[in-house]
Amino acid sequence: MLRFILVQNRQGKTRLSKWYVPVEDEDKIRLRGEVHRLVAPRDQKHQSNFVEFRNYKVVYRRYAGLFFCVCIDANDNELAYLEIIHLFVEVLDAFFSNVCELDLVFNFYKVYAILDEVFLAGEIEETSKQVILNRLEYLERLE
Amino acid sequence: MSFSNLKSLIKTLRQQKTLADERSLIQRESAAIRTAFREEDHFMRHANVAKLIYIHMLGYPAHFGQIECLKLAASSKFSDKRLGYLGIMLLLDESQEVLTLVTNSLKNDMNHPNMYVVGLALATFANISSEEMARDLAQEVEKLLSSNNSYIRKKAALCAMRTVRKLPELHTYYINPAKSLLSDRNHGVLLCAVTLVTHIALAEPSTQTELKKAIPLLIRNLKTLITQGYSPEHDVSGITDPFLQIKILQLLRLLCINDAESSEMVNDILAQVATNTDNSKNVGNSILYEAVLTILDIEAESGLRVMAINILGKFLGNKDNNIRYVALNTLNKVVGMDTQAVQRHRNIIIDCLRDGDVSIRRRALELSYALINQSNVKVLTRELLSFLEVSDNEFKNGLTAQISFAAERFAPNKRWHIDTILRMLKVAGNYVREEVLSAFIRLVSHTPELQAYTVQKLYSSLLKDVSQEALTLAGVWMIGEFGEVLLANSSFEDEDRVVDVSEKSIVDLLESINVSPYASTIIRQYVLVAAAKLSMRFGKSFSESQDKLRTLITMYETSPELELQQRSIEFTQLLGMPTLVDGVLERMPPPEIRTSMLGGTASESKPVGSTRSAAQDSSLVDIMGEDAGGAASVPSAGVTGNAHDLLADIFGTGSPAPETAAGAQSQKSSVNDIMGLFGQQTQQPEQKPTGYTAYDANGLLIVLTPSVDTSKGNIVNIKATFTCTGLVECENVSFQAAVPKSMKLQMQPISNSTVSPAKGEQQLMRVMAQPGSHVRLRLRISFTVSGRQVQNQVDFSEFPSNLL
Repeated sequence: MLRFILVQNRQGKTRLSKWYVPVEDEDKIRLRGEVHRLVAPRDQKHQSNFVEFRNYKVVYRRYAGLFFCVCIDANDNELAYLEIIHLFVEVLDAFFSNVCELDLVFNFYKVYAILDEVFLAGEIEETSKQVILNRLEYLERLE
Repeated sequence: MSFSNLKSLIKTLRQQKTLADERSLIQRESAAIRTAFREEDHFMRHANVAKLIYIHMLGYPAHFGQIECLKLAASSKFSDKRLGYLGIMLLLDESQEVLTLVTNSLKNDMNHPNMYVVGLALATFANISSEEMARDLAQEVEKLLSSNNSYIRKKAALCAMRTVRKLPELHTYYINPAKSLLSDRNHGVLLCAVTLVTHIALAEPSTQTELKKAIPLLIRNLKTLITQGYSPEHDVSGITDPFLQIKILQLLRLLCINDAESSEMVNDILAQVATNTDNSKNVGNSILYEAVLTILDIEAESGLRVMAINILGKFLGNKDNNIRYVALNTLNKVVGMDTQAVQRHRNIIIDCLRDGDVSIRRRALELSYALINQSNVKVLTRELLSFLEVSDNEFKNGLTAQISFAAERFAPNKRWHIDTILRMLKVAGNYVREEVLSAFIRLVSHTPELQAYTVQKLYSSLLKDVSQEALTLAGVWMIGEFGEVLLANSSFEDEDRVVDVSEKSIVDLLESINVSPYASTIIRQYVLVAAAKLSMRFGKSFSESQDKLRTLITMYETSPELELQQRSIEFTQLLGMPTLVDGVLERMPPPEIRTSMLGGTASESKPVGSTRSAAQDSSLVDIMGEDAGGAASVPSAGVTGNAHDLLADIFGTGSPAPETAAGAQSQKSSVNDIMGLFGQQTQQPEQKPTGYTAYDANGLLIVLTPSVDTSKGNIVNIKATFTCTGLVECENVSFQAAVPKSMKLQMQPISNSTVSPAKGEQQLMRVMAQPGSHVRLRLRISFTVSGRQVQNQVDFSEFPSNLL
């Protein structure tokens, strides 16, 4: 299962953090820093997108200046999570029509709503981009 | 100053130049929000909570907003509810007390007519519910599992999953709805249902028999996914809902592990997945990977297993690092089961040792260790040796240990074995563990025919390079030990170069090692020992070399390094005792061969002895006639220290509790004698040993069986046999012994400190005494039986006085 999801930029500013296990606030800050230091210096071309992290694994993918990282159990299917990150990014991209970092900053509450449509309780909830986007559209109208 | 809305706050924050500015702005804003909360400003609540959540995201405290979030969630407006629940999810987690206050609004909202409100409540529950909340809302969730709205069903399924994960006993609520959800037509619901069923099966293994009935249904679902043509809604690069496929494969794996009958059912579909999935993209490979894991975990047909490993083999050749990474990871898991199948991909695995990614290199390395066997040891060791030259330093310790281990296990001949280790010492002598070095020394000691060769090689390597610590240590030790072998020829050829050896050149080498910048204390200790030994190996006449050796030895008489100073002084004394020195510095008998050095029991093989033997008149073993306070007795299973030396090594049989150094240090007679004695251990005389009862009380019987070592007349080996005569076992048995001052005693640890009625234990000791003396012992026995502590001291003199 997912332990946490982080979206960070290259400077290590966290744009999204979602925790599926209880973590103290101070530890959250520390973990964010650790993940950033682990992921940011990695070679995009010659290194895999997986890093061991304590007893878990961080699967990450970089889109422009943003790192999307998910922390999963050591025996989870890394390749599948890599694909799921992509699905999430595609949804973001479609929703904000060509998403950029600032969209995530100013609309962070929407990003969380999108996240809750894709993942729930540390598991994948929906895998159809269209279903998710339709749902979000309704939600927007309700606001 | 307070910002009217979120956007202006974010904008202003982004304009701050320094972190300090940002911090002070946030402090002011937080204070303003706090005041607004206190004043119950309803109008601004939404905006304030939004701002607070943003502040929290930046890593500043926001816990004071928790209650405001609850209030928002209780509002009737959807936008308020949405923000309220978002705040709850971000500011609270299952470990916080305040969460109990949320239960009620969740309960209300789960029964709300608007499906989006229900969805919000379910999402909140799924992300943060505590055990208590899960129990309170179990029925609500169960009801929603059969909602006619797919949006709600899938969220409810994940809520149920979380509940089962927290409280496995609640699975009874969900097992039936979960099974019926497995035939749901909606992919999202099906995905969540499979997740739920997987977690029920994990949390409550007793349900697996029941859940196995769903296997045919799961197979049908999976089959539809792979045979169905293009489905735009769930297509990911040409594959229909890979995530669902993976989830189903995971569940099938869980249900079929250790179950041949169920495995039989899934063989077919697994073969289909494995053959029909397109492997040109990551998506396809993620499914293949999952299928491989399932095939390898269940009782799949052998053909299918080979196919699975071949898929991994293909992965290894993939350009994508990620794919190679998972392949190596998985091969590492299966190499123990299917070594042959993995062997076929050996070359490609070796290629991965040169991969750009360190985690791939690490995995390839682990895998190559596992692949070494009799037939490929030469090839693989050569690869590992060349990798050793370029590998990351963090790998080197492990590599040298593994190479040495592989060479020890599979060496085709000793020459190859020695060459391999020599090359390894030259390349990575600073990354060699003590046990590797000691194994090498043992090997050479046991191979008299190659001693000249080895010592020549080491000698010429040291002439070139003294920066590799283990090489220096091995070289110095061997030159000391086999000095005369080295001197036998005044020159030899090494790599097409003629190397001259003379007493002088050897001494010069030792001197240069001693003063080299790489000389550590331990190297200097070795140099001292070698110098002492060499002064025996060289011609006795007074010569320049002898003088130099003396200078080398006396050099540390005032060294602040205690060990060096001690050796220096002791050797000087020793060399002044012509009667003793020959025996002490004689060639060591080859130490006992020990395999499984990776087991961690092997110890260093310092060139011991000489220093120890000089320790005169140790009173350690002597408590006879002294105060019976056991301070001076030989502890039989004392503290395990690193000082575990060669003596202990020879004594020990790989028992985890080694002989204490104290026991070893007390040797008065020359080490060589002791070596001789213990070396003979296996050839014990055939005489019928008679047992003497030393102790029989409190349910424990101790019998001592002496046997005299025929080759050395002054040694008695005593075997103490412990038998439990009562019904309950004796625990923490400690058996200590002491001998009169005129004798010396060594003890091994007891084979097991718990003596059970079913099985006797034993402990070995050796007593050295003057021929003709009467061996007497003072024994101290303590143990616990039925929780009662027993302690006794016995004087034992039952052995016949003509024993020696």
